[in-house]
Amino acid sequence: MDTRLPAAPALVPAPALLRAALDAAGEAVLLCTAADHTIVLLNAAAAALLPGLRAGSTTTHGPLAGLARATAEGATVFTDEFRGRQLVGHRRRLGDEHYGWYLQDTTDEHARTEAFRAERARTTFLAEAARRLSASLNQRRCVRTTVELAAAHLADAAVVVLPARRRHSEWMRLVAGDSVTGGELVERVLGEVPGLEEALGGFPPTPSRWLDVSQVPGWLLPEGFGPVGALLVTPLPGNAEPAGALVLARRGTDAVFSAEDEMLARIFAARAGAAISAAALYREQVDTTAILQADLLPPELPQPEGIELVGSYQAAKDALRIGGDFYDVFGPADDSPETVVALGDVCGNGPEAAVLTGKVRQTLRALRLVGADPEMMLTVLNRALLEAGRRHRFVTLVVAAISRAEHGRVRLRLATGGHPVPLVLRADGTVESVPMSGTLIGAVPQIAVHPATIELAAGDLCLLYSDGLTEARGGITGSEQYGEDRLRDALAGCAGMPGAAVVERVRQLVSDWVHGGVRDDIAMLAVRAPSRTRLSLMDTGVPATSPFAIDARRGDRRGRSRS
Amino acid sequence: MTVSTTTPPRSLDDPGVGEQYLRLVGAGDEYGAVEIVTTLLDHGVPPARVMLDLIARTQSRVGELWAANEWSVAREHAATAISERALAAVSARTAVRPTRGRITVACVDGEWHALPVRILGEMLRLDGWRIDFLGANVPGPHLVTHLHQTGPDAVALSCMLATRLPRAHAAIIACRSVGVPVIAGGRGFGPDARWAQRLGADGWAAGAEGAVQRLAGDWPPQIDDPYQTAFLGDDEYTYLVRHRGDLVSTAMTRLTAAYPPTSGYSRRQYNSTVEDLGHVVDFLAAALYVGDQQMFTDFVEWTAAVLAARQVPPVALQIGLTLMRDQLRDYPSATTVLDAGIATIRR
Repeated sequence: MDTRLPAAPALVPAPALLRAALDAAGEAVLLCTAADHTIVLLNAAAAALLPGLRAGSTTTHGPLAGLARATAEGATVFTDEFRGRQLVGHRRRLGDEHYGWYLQDTTDEHARTEAFRAERARTTFLAEAARRLSASLNQRRCVRTTVELAAAHLADAAVVVLPARRRHSEWMRLVAGDSVTGGELVERVLGEVPGLEEALGGFPPTPSRWLDVSQVPGWLLPEGFGPVGALLVTPLPGNAEPAGALVLARRGTDAVFSAEDEMLARIFAARAGAAISAAALYREQVDTTAILQADLLPPELPQPEGIELVGSYQAAKDALRIGGDFYDVFGPADDSPETVVALGDVCGNGPEAAVLTGKVRQTLRALRLVGADPEMMLTVLNRALLEAGRRHRFVTLVVAAISRAEHGRVRLRLATGGHPVPLVLRADGTVESVPMSGTLIGAVPQIAVHPATIELAAGDLCLLYSDGLTEARGGITGSEQYGEDRLRDALAGCAGMPGAAVVERVRQLVSDWVHGGVRDDIAMLAVRAPSRTRLSLMDTGVPATSPFAIDARRGDRRGRSRS
Repeated sequence: MTVSTTTPPRSLDDPGVGEQYLRLVGAGDEYGAVEIVTTLLDHGVPPARVMLDLIARTQSRVGELWAANEWSVAREHAATAISERALAAVSARTAVRPTRGRITVACVDGEWHALPVRILGEMLRLDGWRIDFLGANVPGPHLVTHLHQTGPDAVALSCMLATRLPRAHAAIIACRSVGVPVIAGGRGFGPDARWAQRLGADGWAAGAEGAVQRLAGDWPPQIDDPYQTAFLGDDEYTYLVRHRGDLVSTAMTRLTAAYPPTSGYSRRQYNSTVEDLGHVVDFLAAALYVGDQQMFTDFVEWTAAVLAARQVPPVALQIGLTLMRDQLRDYPSATTVLDAGIATIRR
């Protein structure tokens, strides 16, 4: 038997086998000479990928620019696009005289990465849109945010058009890189923009490719925007009717909105529409509340000759700014020159209490017109409340009828119905209580009222206040009441100040005391006989337009009364 | 009552115009003060100069006079009231049609110095902005409600007292969260308004003119996610704020032993001492909040001067700070800041 090893299988494979092996590989392979880059061999994949390349040609010349450049520059890697395919090539040394280019088709991978990137950008955009759109309840700001987001992410220009009200439409526009502009449009011009009337009419959005950009009217976009290549009009969905329409424009003749773009614009429009319509709803509520509130807010105080009147009202509930405390003023009647003021507190708070204060104030106004004195006003109010009320509703209040006396003095006839007794600050700094008493209004049929009459000399002040002031909790422990003693001290430190400054000072001290937000309504009304140097603190200049507007006056950083 | 017999000055360069105006507001003479202002305007002095160089400057003088114990609180308040009227007179005489956007002007919650921010409001109005002036002491929720209802282009937030900075911070975050950028100003934000940036404000200015300029420039800025700057302060800050009452009461109990004169204090003196110790905790907490001990040392320096003007020796303040320090041994940052404060008094 022949014991030698079989001789046939050669250690060097035959070229045919080598070629077969390379042809079987998925990668495109170009085998080249190192000296002059001549292609010695290329496999089937390479021939398919790069038709036109043959053995014998050089890699520095050929259909693939990236390959030619990489070869010329001696680079070991290149990427290029060829006939819609993404290619990556790596050069590997094969001995001293040869090297190979290994080319991979990464088109699919590239597409996946691109899709992933686009998806992530969409998600980021929609997350940002959600955050920014949900922030505000102001309609203009929501519209502004909408055009800002759309111009940054969806198109070269974004216009929001709101539904017409009284034949006019509000609109806002942003061209990327520009600043936001806006205004009003007459309803009839809306039809000039292709698809806009349909979008505002609640019809499904028209695909972008059906919109004729040559029809876009000149007013829609600023001069110099350039030719509009593509237009997309999307309804902003609202509360069962559109909240508006979003018009997107891309410039350049070859611009388009793809199906994905249209879908993204629709998703975005849904969020923007929800924000804009919620803001519209809020605006309606606010407008309604403002109308209802107007009669319930404290009145502007008149400035009768020779009498200084200053009021201050802080509501615990900020949304409505009205609560259980109130004050009101009734001017001189036919048969009486007195100015009547009332300050009171209805049990409870919120809208319910506010409505009751409205009734109480109206009753007092009627009683004033028939010339009732403070004591009579309280007695009749008590009966009226008892007869009207299904439930027990108590009121405490002070009524004061104010008139001028001789030598610049001011006379007050006062009565209280279970309310904290007003304090009088004399010009020399002494503080007194008004000597009077009376029972709560609206609880029992027979009330006892012991009125009082006091006189204020020039510089004296009488402060009517609600118990929110003295019961404000704060101090070191945070739960101690401010109390009448502290109020008296505070007043004593205000001797000689104008009435407005006194009220402001007391507000400030209480605010410092509670060391944060006041939790109860606080009403104050100061009646003062002006000093000889007349201060017309309330009757010149601009009226305070804001409900929070306060004639503040403070110079020091801290309240301190160290002797 | 004094009747001024001199002719009102016609220019801010006239000698003694500042002194004359200060005398009038100090005497509570509204008509005299308003007459000076209107005469200046009639003679062509720009309203901005009247507000800044006369009214605002006098107001700083008033504060100094109070600090030096030369003016009483009452006189100071009356003077401020007069200056408000003078400012209203300037405002009434300068009608400007708004050409820019809308700005909400407000003092932070707990802040009562309204005159500086009222001047800012007037300056902005002169520059063509439409102004909503919310005044002093605006609680955060009120401010935000207002923003939802009016949708302004900016909130100009004023804070004169550094202890209100945590509340200012909350307001800034709230405004930015509803998409309205904030410009911050006022002494409370520190020298050159340096703490405003840390609190997340979009712009800041040390004075009214700076703020007008800032808003006239590149405004509104892009608002990034407001929650990036939403939390400041650490557990030491939290401890101080939560235990403010305990810290003050313990210090008060120990004060009599440490500083015998307090045993003879009247109720009012006792109450102001409680307030002073409360301020120490508040400034300490605020200094930790923004992470700058200079806020505290400035406060100590200022307080020492105010107390000295009222014949309270500096050692009293030093004892107060030491009593706080003794209770805060376990809090290294607080201790460092208090030490810096104590060192300031010793200097």
